[in-house]
Amino acid sequence: MSNAMHNKTLTELKAGLAAGDFSSRELTEHFLARIQQHDSELNSFITVTAEQALSQADAADQAIAAGNTGLLTGLPIAHKDIFCTEGVRTSCGSKMLDSFIAPYTATVVEKMAAEGAVMLGKTNMDEFAMGSSNETSYYGPVKNPWDLERVPGGSSGGAAACLGARLAPGATGTDTGGSIRQPAALNNITGLKPTYGRVSRWGMIAFASSLDQAGPMAQSSEDCALMLQAMAGHDHRDSTSLNEKVDDYLGALNNDIRGLTIGIPEEFFPDTLDGAIADNSRDAIRELEKLGAKVVSVSLPSVKLSVPAYYVIAPAEASSNLSRFDGVRFGHRCDDPKDLEDLYKRSRSEGFGDEVKRRILVGAYALSAGYYDAYYRRAQQVRRLIRDDFARAFEKVDVLMGPTAPETAFKLGAKKDDPVSMYMADVFTIGVNLAGLPALSMPTGFINGLPTGTQIIGNYFREGQILNVAHKYQQATDWHKQAPVFGGEQ
Amino acid sequence: MSWEVVIGLEIHVQLNTVSKLFSGSKLSTGAEPNTQASLVDLGMPGTLPVVNKEAVRKAALFGLAINADICRHSVFERKNYFYPDLPKGYQTTQLAEPIVGAGEVEIQLENGEKKTVRIHHAHLEEDAGKSLHEDFHGMTGIDLNRAGTPLIEVVTEPDMSNAEEAVAFARKLHAIVTSIGICDGDMSQGNMRFDVNVSIRKPGEPLGTRTETKNLNSFRFMERAIKLEVERQIDVLEDGGEIVQETRLYNGDTHTARSMRSKEDANDYRYFPCPDLLPVAITDADLEALKAAMPELPNARKARFMDDYQLSEYDADLLSGSIATATFFEGAAKAGGDAKLAANWVMGELAARLNAEDKDISDSPVSAEQLGQLIARLKDGTISSKIAKQVFEACWAGEGDPDTIIEAKGLKQMSDSGELEKIVDDIIANNAPQVEDYRNSDDAKKKKKIGFFVGQAMKATQGKANPQQLNQLLREKLQ
Amino acid sequence: MAIDSKVVAQVAHLARLKVDEADSAALSDRLNDILAMVDQLQQADVTDVAPMAHPLDVTQPLREDEVSEPNVRDKALDIAPAAEDGCFLVPRVIE
Repeated sequence: MSNAMHNKTLTELKAGLAAGDFSSRELTEHFLARIQQHDSELNSFITVTAEQALSQADAADQAIAAGNTGLLTGLPIAHKDIFCTEGVRTSCGSKMLDSFIAPYTATVVEKMAAEGAVMLGKTNMDEFAMGSSNETSYYGPVKNPWDLERVPGGSSGGAAACLGARLAPGATGTDTGGSIRQPAALNNITGLKPTYGRVSRWGMIAFASSLDQAGPMAQSSEDCALMLQAMAGHDHRDSTSLNEKVDDYLGALNNDIRGLTIGIPEEFFPDTLDGAIADNSRDAIRELEKLGAKVVSVSLPSVKLSVPAYYVIAPAEASSNLSRFDGVRFGHRCDDPKDLEDLYKRSRSEGFGDEVKRRILVGAYALSAGYYDAYYRRAQQVRRLIRDDFARAFEKVDVLMGPTAPETAFKLGAKKDDPVSMYMADVFTIGVNLAGLPALSMPTGFINGLPTGTQIIGNYFREGQILNVAHKYQQATDWHKQAPVFGGEQ
Repeated sequence: MSWEVVIGLEIHVQLNTVSKLFSGSKLSTGAEPNTQASLVDLGMPGTLPVVNKEAVRKAALFGLAINADICRHSVFERKNYFYPDLPKGYQTTQLAEPIVGAGEVEIQLENGEKKTVRIHHAHLEEDAGKSLHEDFHGMTGIDLNRAGTPLIEVVTEPDMSNAEEAVAFARKLHAIVTSIGICDGDMSQGNMRFDVNVSIRKPGEPLGTRTETKNLNSFRFMERAIKLEVERQIDVLEDGGEIVQETRLYNGDTHTARSMRSKEDANDYRYFPCPDLLPVAITDADLEALKAAMPELPNARKARFMDDYQLSEYDADLLSGSIATATFFEGAAKAGGDAKLAANWVMGELAARLNAEDKDISDSPVSAEQLGQLIARLKDGTISSKIAKQVFEACWAGEGDPDTIIEAKGLKQMSDSGELEKIVDDIIANNAPQVEDYRNSDDAKKKKKIGFFVGQAMKATQGKANPQQLNQLLREKLQ
Repeated sequence: MAIDSKVVAQVAHLARLKVDEADSAALSDRLNDILAMVDQLQQADVTDVAPMAHPLDVTQPLREDEVSEPNVRDKALDIAPAAEDGCFLVPRVIE
């Protein structure tokens, strides 16, 4: 039975713990053993916190015995290494923070721990979340469990890969331009980026503050609902976290979707799109039609400018956010700085990788005197046009759907020398971040043995509805239950 | 043709909140380095700012005090530059939409004229930490206790035309911020710091190139630094040179200034709206509440002093110029029951003594109540004004309250007419020639010659005779 | 608006990054690729469109003026690259 534990969803594991089928310690040991056994191939974890996990598991078992359980009591979770965890290295995938033992814990981690979650470790990611392939990590690329020669997507690539390979049943991710949804699609898992402001950013190392949002990644929509229930909520430490009531996501999962209106943005099915990718998403939409949803065509004309707008706004914010990594108070400091300028320049140049440096330069350039209006200001104006497009669409529809990513997982190194082509990996996901909307990616079939995903975008704070639609789909299909043949076992 | 001087000021006013602008760290001076620097103030990865309500309230109150428009949605921006005392690599400040818009401050010049100095705007921002150069064997130590302290930066139009006007403005601003209680006003603690922009031109010509002298922390240094810079600019231009736009640093100890060009190379601060913060809303109701709670402003206080205490405009201006002086004056006037006497003492004896010892009125060894008691004794004739000075000195020296001192030293004025009459009789009996001389003099000479007898009587009473009573008695007896 | 090695050097200085001469040309090319893509923004008609700095139309919550933060000096100095006498240490700052 224990062999099958890793194929169970969080919801099933929660039931198993409640029924006494296994203890949290057994469960935790099982996943730690799987990580030990398989992660050398995948490289999905930067740090495994086995000792801490077992002690949390023991505490969870006592809580279960005492009948004093939270939403996630005893369930093993992997946290993206972007969340500060007190006493545990928090690297953000960067050499800059290779020695950074966080002096405090992120709100997301704290809230999940308060609900009884067991932290397995910290997952690999693109450096400072800047990337769509997990190849920019200082700790080396993560491999896609469906094909070890391919990328897992990014930036939450470690989270998606460890879930896909069933090395963890649930993981946190962050999504600035698609960093939860794109890797979710490429690893056949489910991932949700909530509404901007739904989940606290306190303790989550900032990439682009007005776009970053943490969310759940798991095998199913139901599991994402369970995790989001624990993660969401107002935090007085984050000015941008909204003081809106947290919905009952679990309670809404089984709502009837008859009469639901699904909008299909024509821009998400351009002529240039791989036909097989388009077909998988269209099939998923047809499945929902069978369940009673209506489908209408909509247009989001400005969304085609999301990638250029994003690649001004995100680097601009990042260039400023990453200024604090200066070698003075924490993080990497170069050897024997000869003066202050030398300290800054060498520490930063040694500590940051190429992609991070490129984005800092683009951002600093876009904000510099003489270019602000042409780049930054204009990008912020286009951002409003994009948001207005979505707002108009949501006057007519409940959710929008389309492919999550324009292609399946590509070969490691394929786009290494072509940043612009890499940026196009997020062409369907970025608009949602610019507008601040919630969106989920769910598995909707394969192309040549590689997973594809379909995105469901909802209106502000309608996470419950998105999860409901995805759950209905997942009850009717079994794409999300497919796991890779990995390490010689199923 | 003479030179015309154009001066504009930027003043950093430290708000006296309990906690910092963007974190719940304690604000205070003198703590051990970095013990009042929270995770936010240290710029730790993943930390976020949250705005202090009281800092916003105080900034808006200042805006109302200078009749400025209050921005209903002010925006925090990031000013990006690298400096070790700037932990995040940017200062969170305001640029395009500052909380306080254009306003004005009226100043009174020494010649009695009034002048209006226009305020361009005032914005909220955080202070930086401190770089310590001593005791680190050639390295620099960074203390971030001050990082995140709330400031308002007040930016004037270039409306001042000499150092005296600049100082009058600075004093007036000090009076306003201390009167409305948003700043402690302690210059020695850096509660107010001045940056001075100076340029010169021939009358009628366009503005000359300006320089900025930074971080002046006293009225005196500001006055001297301006004069020094004006002289320098005149010398440069009259020698056929050109003024370079630069930042200068004034050293008050040596009374010299030098260019700080090293810090200025190609600064491009790349301001943009801080994505971690949202626009700060101020509603009509907020403004109404602030107006209702507005403490008395220096100008209103001055008018009240003229009305209530019948003070001259000059006296009223001086006494209302700082909240500490005004409070002291009103305390002494109330306790002493005579505003005019209180005004004279505060501006005369007390001011001179404070000045001589370089003390602030809030540190005066003689309290307002004590000065009031002294005035009361003067007014009720217990002591003469000459004795009063003696009592004041003793009180200053810490010998106790005026009443205690008068009692202990037996300084009570001799008001018992029987006793004084006896002394006067003795003097007349013992000085027959002088009495004769007096009686033979005309009225004008009598007025002078009576002084001899007054002197004798004062000598005999050790100055305790009531002068009016003594004069009266002498004139009667010498008839 | 093409970037050349000189602009790269200026921007790199603003961002306190060191760019080796040898990499400068290749880096300029990459940055120009990105800027060329970004230049699509010029197609948009943004007349009378207010810039949007933030996804949601909400205003700043304000914090009560209270001391809520503990002294974290020891923790902070523990992870500092160089510290002495309660201070972070850097090469001498010349004002």
